[in-house]
Amino acid sequence: MTNNVETTEMITCVIDGFEVTVPKGTLVIRAAEKLGIQIPRFCDHPLLDPAGACRQCLVDIEINGRAFPKPQASCTIPVETGMIVKTQLTSPVADKAQKGIMEFLLINHPLDCPVCDKGGECPLQNQAMSNGRPESRYEGVKRTFEKPINISSQVLLDRERCVLCARCTRFSEQIAGDPFITLNERGALQQVGIYEKDPFNSYFSGNTVQICPVGALTGASYRFRARPFDLVSTPSACEHCASGCDLRTDVRRGKTLRRLAGEDASVNEEWSCDKGRWGFKYISSRERITTPLLRGTDGELHEASWPEAIAAAAAGLAGKRAAVLTGGRLTTEDAYGYSKFARISLGTNDIDFRSRGNSVEESEFLAAIVTNLSTTYRDIDKADQVALIEFDPEDESPIVFLRLYKQSRKRGLKVTTLASHSSRGSEKLGAIRINNISELSELTAKSVILVGERAHETPGLLSSVAALAQQSGAKLGWVPRRAGERGALFAGALGNLLPGGRPVTDAAARVDIQSAWGVSTLPAEAGRTTDQILRALDRSELGAVVVGGVDPMDISSEALTSMLNSFVVSLEISHSAMTAIADVVLPVATVIEKSGSYLNWEGRTRAFDRALEDSLTRSDVRILSMLADEMKRPINLPTVAATAREIESLGHWDGATVTAPTQSLAPEVIPTGNQATLESWRLLLDLGTLQQGEENLAGTARPATVVISAARAATLGVVDGNSVSVTHERGTITLPVAIGDIADEKVWVPRNSIGSQSIVTFGAGRGVLVTVVKA
Amino acid sequence: MAENSEINKREDFGLAKAESESAPITEQVAGSFFKQLQGFWVTFITMFKKVNTVQYPFEKAPTAERFHGRHQLNRHPDGLEKCIGCELCAWACPADAIYVEGGTNTPEEQYSPGERYGKVYQINYLRCVFCGLCIEACPTRALTMSNEFELADSTREKLIFEKEDLLAPLRQGMLQPPHPMYPGSTDTTYYRGEVPGSHPSQETNSHA
Ligand code: SF4
Ligand code: SF4
Ligand code: SF4
Ligand code: SF4
Ligand code: FES
Repeated sequence: MTNNVETTEMITCVIDGFEVTVPKGTLVIRAAEKLGIQIPRFCDHPLLDPAGACRQCLVDIEINGRAFPKPQASCTIPVETGMIVKTQLTSPVADKAQKGIMEFLLINHPLDCPVCDKGGECPLQNQAMSNGRPESRYEGVKRTFEKPINISSQVLLDRERCVLCARCTRFSEQIAGDPFITLNERGALQQVGIYEKDPFNSYFSGNTVQICPVGALTGASYRFRARPFDLVSTPSACEHCASGCDLRTDVRRGKTLRRLAGEDASVNEEWSCDKGRWGFKYISSRERITTPLLRGTDGELHEASWPEAIAAAAAGLAGKRAAVLTGGRLTTEDAYGYSKFARISLGTNDIDFRSRGNSVEESEFLAAIVTNLSTTYRDIDKADQVALIEFDPEDESPIVFLRLYKQSRKRGLKVTTLASHSSRGSEKLGAIRINNISELSELTAKSVILVGERAHETPGLLSSVAALAQQSGAKLGWVPRRAGERGALFAGALGNLLPGGRPVTDAAARVDIQSAWGVSTLPAEAGRTTDQILRALDRSELGAVVVGGVDPMDISSEALTSMLNSFVVSLEISHSAMTAIADVVLPVATVIEKSGSYLNWEGRTRAFDRALEDSLTRSDVRILSMLADEMKRPINLPTVAATAREIESLGHWDGATVTAPTQSLAPEVIPTGNQATLESWRLLLDLGTLQQGEENLAGTARPATVVISAARAATLGVVDGNSVSVTHERGTITLPVAIGDIADEKVWVPRNSIGSQSIVTFGAGRGVLVTVVKA
Repeated sequence: MAENSEINKREDFGLAKAESESAPITEQVAGSFFKQLQGFWVTFITMFKKVNTVQYPFEKAPTAERFHGRHQLNRHPDGLEKCIGCELCAWACPADAIYVEGGTNTPEEQYSPGERYGKVYQINYLRCVFCGLCIEACPTRALTMSNEFELADSTREKLIFEKEDLLAPLRQGMLQPPHPMYPGSTDTTYYRGEVPGSHPSQETNSHA
């Protein structure tokens, strides 16, 4: 239906005696909804192509006096002028037809309700009550299948319960582009099946569980866990990536049991990826820190009270030159807390939210360009071309991928990707792969350039992208991987930026913030980047560091050792490599225990409330506020709500920005022989901290492989599936080979998957020279 | 006129009559003395009737057969639990007295026939009003009521009965779950009541 609403021609028809005017192309079932008339349905879904598979929506239709001889499926027929529709409410024939269909559906439906997860929120139960016969007349033997079967490690299928509506198969094919499940066989034996060879390891499989109108598809993690009346549902935002999905968190007695995709037509429509849906076990992990911890004289961490810990942190920070590192996972409010804490309490601009590789060029790009970007999903919908720069949407921002896929399926949207090789995602998009940004052509003002966070790894690339967007007038979007990065940027958790995109070096911008914060001065020179901070800590130029949710291994393999000599205050949710070296550890709340907001890649606010009412954990900003009070340099941010108000009142800077970077692209070193340049990115499902503890989810991660070109494979004498070793002076990664369209002089490995952690093993994610040999 | 008296009747609610009947007998007429004697006679005669008082708690009288007493979670003849953790009883309960959490049976740990069992099962007797709606809701006849009514205790905690407190005792031929299902049986065989009792092979995993 959405396919056609662009034509604004309106049509009037009559449903159950009421006139209704709808855009041409609207389906009868939806026109009836507009009148508040509910026609029962199973297969119909507003975001999927009509299928007419279940026949539950039968109604009587008459056009210009000519009636259809039999009731028609209202979910497949668009309204026409002069159409008179009679639903079950006014037509006994339609009513009888619907009851008949329901009886057919129930003939082979098992009496599983008591053991079925859908019970209590099941469209089949509900519609059998509203549009079915009160009593069964069937006395035969029901068809049975072996149950349940694992479609993947996280999706289970009970074939007997399936009503063959084809929602799941249409979703996989039309929305996710993973046609791994299909309807097999015919008649009573028809069933949903998987292709023998390809396992159903779609990144979006959870959506099929959510849209299945019966309990045929269930999620392994939620199976038998609860009934809908047990759950307290809270709308929330996804903390896993910058797509910004609207989610719903269902909690039973203080424990998160499931998350479902929420509805937001302008962002995630009704979908979410599996990571957002199932990756929440880290919240209840045994590794969670529940009390403040202090490192004693014996070198061990000991539990401490809050006043003790805050006093110890304040004493340790006093008189030292300190810096702040915030991971990219903070809410905007928390990031703002760190930003203000660094400036006021520590008197420094040494703050950086990039707990990953970073460069000065990127800082300039972020401050000059990204703070003012306003590209949205809508621009992708309307684009004539989308260029992806070092950005793999399926792995790094799945909802962006779904949007691209929708447009590429609907109107053959041209997608060009600057990447080492074509991933499965780019293949699904039919993306044209380029090796150099100069190969991009035909960019117009309607084009969209999406640049990923990995672009900073190629010196000069961000400068070229900025220049290209400027020249062509194309819309530019920066898509970081983590949910909190855009918000942290806005909150000024970066060395060269104050909140609201105000350049640190601009006196007027500083005065603006000084008056808002009620302080007389603010440090005026731009702060260090993450890399520079770590180097300064290593050389003892800085004596202390406040760290919020950073995994040092994301930055570099030396990050941890460079902090060993300094005083480390770590605000963390769980025990980690960071807390292992920290002097003071302060426990903080996870997303379900706090309120706040993220900015997604578009810069759109994704606010959420806390799902757990009675949690004792606190948001980072409250703890920082306590710490600042103790240090006698208060930041006055007692609650998240107060922080949000303060951010709101600061607004966005409209004065001069810093100048955009103008670094030129350096020619790449071309390796020879069995040497190759390393390329990598993180797969969606990998060893990420927030995916810990969810084995069913990990079971659908794509297997780690080394991607090499056909020519290199021939030289090495390996074929798909053989093992090769990728070696650097620091270590070796050995994985099976996948031959791809990668350049001959490059090699690709996953950045953080099982058996392949390139930053840990090689100390870098990209660009280093490695040796590839047959294992 | 008739309408008026209707209204009067309604407004009065019959209070005046009740008032006059319960008023103490104040007239000193001879007829009245006889009436009082008649009253004492009833009391006197009762002294020679059979005594109804039961010397509870020393003596216990059986309740009516269908008296709604403490709940019981029943077992299949081989000892497996009938409860499948469906929560329908909790859903039906008007007093919100029941709390259930389902769990997944595994081949190593089988508590009930089929895939699902009741992992946590609690009834809060401070809330239960003994209406029996939960019994009606139970699809497996796992939950029934006994005639036991002695449910007083001194703390709130003790009045929240756990699954162990509610489960029926193991009878002859029953094994303490978890243990595997009867050889060659399915959950349907169990529901049809075709499982006679435990089989020696089921003892393998038993904790009994
Ligand atoms: S899908 Fe619905 S009707 Fe079917 S068993 Fe589950 S709850 Fe019952
Ligand atoms: S499994 Fe569910 S969604 Fe798929 S065809 Fe069957 S009923 Fe429809
Ligand atoms: S008897 Fe009534 S009140 Fe008591 S547990 Fe059952 S349904 Fe609830
Ligand atoms: S007692 Fe009966 S109704 Fe209650 S959970 Fe168990 S099987 Fe379901
Ligand atoms: S909803 Fe119309 S045929 Fe299924």
